[in-house]
Amino acid sequence: MEALLERLEGLLADNSIFTLQTLSYYGEGLVTTVQLVFLSLVIGLVAAVPLAIGRGSQRSWVKWPIFAYTYVFRGTPLLVQLYLIYYGVVFVEGIQETWLWAILEKPFVPALIAFTLNTAAYTTEIFHGAIKATPRGEIEAARAYGMSRRLMMRRIVLPSAFRRALPAYGNEVIFMLHASAIASVVTIMDLTGAARFVYARYYAPFDAFLFVAAIYLCVTFAILFFFRWLEKRLLAHLKPAGG
Amino acid sequence: MADTPLPLEVRNIKKRFGDTDVLKGLSLTAHKGDVITLIGASGSGKSTFLRCMNLLEQPDEGELIVHGEPVRFKRTRHGREPADWNQVVRMRAKLSMVFQSFNLWAHMTLLENVIEAPVHVLGKPKKEAIEHARALLERVGLTERADAYPAQMSGGQQQRGAIARALAMDPEVMLFDEPTSALDPELVGDVLKVMRDLAAEGRTMIVVTHEMAFARDVSSQVIYLHQGVIEESGPPDEVIGNPQSERLRQFLAPKH
Repeated sequence: MEALLERLEGLLADNSIFTLQTLSYYGEGLVTTVQLVFLSLVIGLVAAVPLAIGRGSQRSWVKWPIFAYTYVFRGTPLLVQLYLIYYGVVFVEGIQETWLWAILEKPFVPALIAFTLNTAAYTTEIFHGAIKATPRGEIEAARAYGMSRRLMMRRIVLPSAFRRALPAYGNEVIFMLHASAIASVVTIMDLTGAARFVYARYYAPFDAFLFVAAIYLCVTFAILFFFRWLEKRLLAHLKPAGG
Repeated sequence: MADTPLPLEVRNIKKRFGDTDVLKGLSLTAHKGDVITLIGASGSGKSTFLRCMNLLEQPDEGELIVHGEPVRFKRTRHGREPADWNQVVRMRAKLSMVFQSFNLWAHMTLLENVIEAPVHVLGKPKKEAIEHARALLERVGLTERADAYPAQMSGGQQQRGAIARALAMDPEVMLFDEPTSALDPELVGDVLKVMRDLAAEGRTMIVVTHEMAFARDVSSQVIYLHQGVIEESGPPDEVIGNPQSERLRQFLAPKH
């Protein structure tokens, strides 16, 4: 570790902007961004499964509230949602006297809530579409072989829908990574926050933002390759013989 | 002393779609080892009749008795429904169906398709189910395709796989809904051969088909449907060999 730092220092010797100090800002920003995106994606994914099932329900009191939710969150800018939650929460009567305030006062949790609600809405629609596209014959076969609704959902519909949803969901993950840049406007020091800081300090927009763009690109590629790999494994059944 | 119950009895099934009477009171009795073929022009109601037997379609009237157990129905606002879906699940497990378009589960390998319902519906131990499945795949000539996905198999292979899936349930009765109609002509033979073997070993089968040679050679009873009514019914020598009605004669006449 020591040796590594020394080598790094040598590399940065003639550089006034990318010092160990600024690099550590970017490093911490990367950690914050990954935390924010990863957590909101995981929670959003877990919430989206039951929501997507409910979205296709025949009961209107289940179906319509979910549709209203996804419609509102897909129909408004994420930045506006973030402002509403971050600035709006202060005005909730009495919230400042509760333990919740200690969490909500800082921007991380409000941003996490906004991102989660947003990605859950998109993911619900992605899954809903994939569930609807389950071949009718496969559902009929499940019924004919004595499966209950619940068993059919668990064994046939969802496993088949998840596979179909994979490419679209991969895009949603990348979209969330890039959308998370707006966390910096509510003072979160994520990747973009770090870049803004470095820019302001050195007044060097190209250095600060090109560098952060490169980091986003690298993370995007990692996500792309991960989904490529998943698709190869899970979508083998769609390839015809000899393919 | 009670006799062993009949595998399947269907009495006076009626079904309407909108204003159209599709089935106008159809009955059928399957004894053990019977091979009953349903023939008729498209639109005659033969597939609908078959689908009523395992309640993929809900008959508006009529009785179903599976292995001695009558299915209970209740009236609701939407018409008649089974009173107890658990009973339906149980009775469906005794009647396994082979579909025109195979309907294998695309995200599972052939072997997984065959063990799916035995393991998850009947609660059979997985190891036992796999052994049984391998034996069945050998019977239908698909030993080597056990790990293939449906999309990687030919139509004929898929249909033979679907028959193995049906056999894996140890069904009382096998229902075949035009099992060769979606196949290329050169693949029909393999599937029919498997079905002939099943008939020969005493499986109870109800088959909707356009294959007259199969109906003539294999069935114990042929039922000719026309516009939701059983127009002729009996042993194949009588129904196919000596049709009474002009309509059936025309239906059986070579088309080209």
